[in-house]
Amino acid sequence: MSEFRYAVNVLPKPGILDPQGRAVELSLPHLSVTTVSKVRVGRRVELTVTAAAEPEARAVVDGLAKELLSNPLIEVYAIELLEGTSSVTAAGAAAK
Amino acid sequence: MKIGVVTFPGSNSDVDSINALTVAGVEPVTLWHESPELGGVSAVILPGGFAYGDYIRAGVIARFSPVMGSVKDFAASGGYVLGICNGFQVLAESGLVPGALLRNRSLRFAGHLVNIKPERLDSPFTRAATGEPLRVPVAHGEGCYYADDATLDELERAGQVLFRYVHDDGTPAIDPDDKANPNGSLRAIAGVCNAAGNVAGLMPHPERMSEEVLGNGGGMQLIKSLVESAAEWEKAGRPAPQLRIKVEAAR
Repeated sequence: MSEFRYAVNVLPKPGILDPQGRAVELSLPHLSVTTVSKVRVGRRVELTVTAAAEPEARAVVDGLAKELLSNPLIEVYAIELLEGTSSVTAAGAAAK
Repeated sequence: MKIGVVTFPGSNSDVDSINALTVAGVEPVTLWHESPELGGVSAVILPGGFAYGDYIRAGVIARFSPVMGSVKDFAASGGYVLGICNGFQVLAESGLVPGALLRNRSLRFAGHLVNIKPERLDSPFTRAATGEPLRVPVAHGEGCYYADDATLDELERAGQVLFRYVHDDGTPAIDPDDKANPNGSLRAIAGVCNAAGNVAGLMPHPERMSEEVLGNGGGMQLIKSLVESAAEWEKAGRPAPQLRIKVEAAR
């Protein structure tokens, strides 16, 4: 078994109202920043999964991201592998 | 007859709900989030508060608590479930009612009195209402009702919109930036029910306005509606879910 560390990045779906993003934008003039727009505020969750191979670990993260960490009605998510065997190597190792 | 009120860690309106049920002449039963036991109740209220600290998203962690497994089964068997404020958020996250509750458009916690109007008086959750606007409190940071346009159209067609935020004269505060719409809800939606009509949620607190001494007793109309529907369901031998709301053909 190996440990795989992931980040799950959750953002409001494109087009969905994001009051936090809007609030950040409204604060920009106070910083004299005029070149920043389209701010979206989301949430990042980092976690470690113990599994035999990366695809297996990723499936666990994907399930969690769908069920708990994001609400598919209003949010999208992306999974990022931070540490652990890369998925290609892990898949190769699992096939042996 | 007994009606259950769930207490999650962070619930704060469970006692208000218990009081309203007592005033309505029903025996309230406290249900603990860690127990799947519903104690033979005839209806369940998911109360307001901040279940599990509202971490990740309001309502989502509560969705996976042992009691919610039983509440889901209870709803599937035809039992009445009413979610108030945080309870509405739990129902939405659980997929028991359609839509989602986003952060208030103003980014401010909304804690004041609002007007809501029942869309229909023939639903199990509004049957004892007069149809006049009700003046009830809101107390939430994430109450902005959202669903995509197709879902909103379908909810309106199927008569699943139960309450809208209205002005004093009863006209809906459709503009999300209208002051009478406390959180920017789309189409001024304050409460909805599922397609079968036995599970409903709303952001305002009828239970906190259920006695004259609290300001006005208007909220009791909704508590009474639930009590009457639950009593009828119990008397009929707990029938399976069927369409409890009439869908008006030409809307």
